[in-house]
Amino acid sequence: MIRFDEVSKVYSRGARPALDGIDVEIERGDFVFLVGSSGSGKSTFLKLILREERATSGDVWVAGRQLNRLSNWRVPQLRREIGAVFQDFRLLPNKTVYQNVAFALEVIGKSRREVKATVPEMLELVGLAGKERRFPHELSGGEQQRVAIARAFVNHPPILLCDEPTGNLDPGTSVGIMRLLDRINRTGTTVLMATHDDEIVDQMRKRVIELKGGRLVRDQDRGVYGLETV
Amino acid sequence: MRLRFVAGEVWNGLRRNSTMALSVALVTFVSLTFVGAAALTQMQVQQLKDAWYGQVEVSIFLCQPGAFEDNCAEGPVTTVQQDEILEVLEEGNVSDLVQSVYVETREEVYENIVEADDTGVYSHVEPEDFAPVLRIKLHDPEQFQVVADATAGLPGVQSVYDQREVFQDLFSLLNSATILAAVLAGVMMLTAVLLITTTIRLSALSRKRETNIMRMVGASRSLIQAPFMLEGAVAATGGAILAIAGLWFAVRYFVEGWLTGSIPWVDYISSDDVWAVAPWLILAAVGLALIASLFTLKRYTRV
Ligand SMILES: Nc1ncnc2c1ncn2[C@@H]1O[C@H](COP(=O)(O)OP(=O)(O)OP(=O)(O)O)[C@@H](O)[C@H]1O
Ligand SMILES: [Mg+2]
Repeated sequence: MIRFDEVSKVYSRGARPALDGIDVEIERGDFVFLVGSSGSGKSTFLKLILREERATSGDVWVAGRQLNRLSNWRVPQLRREIGAVFQDFRLLPNKTVYQNVAFALEVIGKSRREVKATVPEMLELVGLAGKERRFPHELSGGEQQRVAIARAFVNHPPILLCDEPTGNLDPGTSVGIMRLLDRINRTGTTVLMATHDDEIVDQMRKRVIELKGGRLVRDQDRGVYGLETV
Repeated sequence: MRLRFVAGEVWNGLRRNSTMALSVALVTFVSLTFVGAAALTQMQVQQLKDAWYGQVEVSIFLCQPGAFEDNCAEGPVTTVQQDEILEVLEEGNVSDLVQSVYVETREEVYENIVEADDTGVYSHVEPEDFAPVLRIKLHDPEQFQVVADATAGLPGVQSVYDQREVFQDLFSLLNSATILAAVLAGVMMLTAVLLITTTIRLSALSRKRETNIMRMVGASRSLIQAPFMLEGAVAATGGAILAIAGLWFAVRYFVEGWLTGSIPWVDYISSDDVWAVAPWLILAAVGLALIASLFTLKRYTRV
């Protein structure tokens, strides 16, 4: 589903590479944690998959596409197959919960009927049934993140990328979010989550990829957050 | 769905940035008023030329007895000389330019002058004191100089006179007015483009969050950009409509209502001519907005 072949990313000439010779493959349906200290290149890794940034060298393959060769006008098509969730939720403050989720479908040209059919179903899945008419500021952080996940997943993309989705949440709320991501993973969706949250990683016992200074230093099935840091 | 979406976005954008939208509309209004004024002035010039040049003729005065021009040193024009001049006009290389030549005889010249004279100054002259005059109509009165050059030096020609010269001052005045309006229009259009560029940029920045989400969920580039382009185009079109209304009122009440009454011998443009200019002004407004968008959006809504 996602493959990195000797991928390096250098942001500005002469700077230390943010990613350095990464070689990794993520299969369809995998749940993968991406860990590493601040600045180790986790967000850069995710940005390459979204084609927000382009690799300086090496090949990035996502859903059968070679992203270095993907022309700009095809990028939207790629992004419709990837859901993305961020630490800061990124909701539209002047739209309701329902409208925030519907927005993702409207802008890719889905019909009103489809929107009406899918959005409530998705809000039900993330546990927000009954809160459709609330605005983001009327929700807790955990609930806002659920809206963001609903928006990312409403189109049923085969890949879900999460960049520190629990970074702004307390441990109890984070567990709820992780349950939700696990459920989404069980529908066959590939989930790739960058995180600093050692408790979560240790509890979930999923595959762990660790970056350090842009290099891949660990790739472990059913791993824990950090061997040396624990 | 998408159409509704874009329309909704445009509406929201205009509402949220209503002051900016208003300033875009106003600057477009002013600049297109100048553009329209320049176009209408040119139309007026053209109309005057068409009306007046049709009546204009070139007159070749042949040597009168006692004329002191160098060309007439050998005495009054002879029939042979007159025929040679006619031959140049009717068969020479300027004959293509000449529509018709009318030979006003001595007697006719005499009669015209005596008839128009109420002072009695001409009461002692005889037809023999005059020479015939050749009245020439040209296909294109602008070619006057060519005909004048070809005939002025011929033996027997006293002087060549073109009535067109009378209008020349008026036309050059109107042409200067057109140029002035065009230059002001140019400056104002530049201002409009810059202002629209700024507006679109602010609009794009203020909706960064929204466009970022759109990018993330895979909205096409055109869908992301369309609302901004349309916003500028709508505001600019508003300005164009104001400009058209302004020009229409100016022509209707100033030209048709006042000038026609006070200086009636001129054939004026009418408010119908404003309608002829109107589509072009709207096109110019949309064009301005699109140019400004192209400058801006590439940088502010990347893929
Ligand atoms: N747009 C950019 N331009 C220049 N350098 C950048 C850019 N984005 C990231 N970097 C650099 O690349 C390196 C990796 O950054 P990245 O954001 O991928 O780290 P991260 O692992 O996500 O960190 P964090 O855990 O703090 O989010 C850092 O050294 C950072 O300074
Ligand atoms: Mg990061």
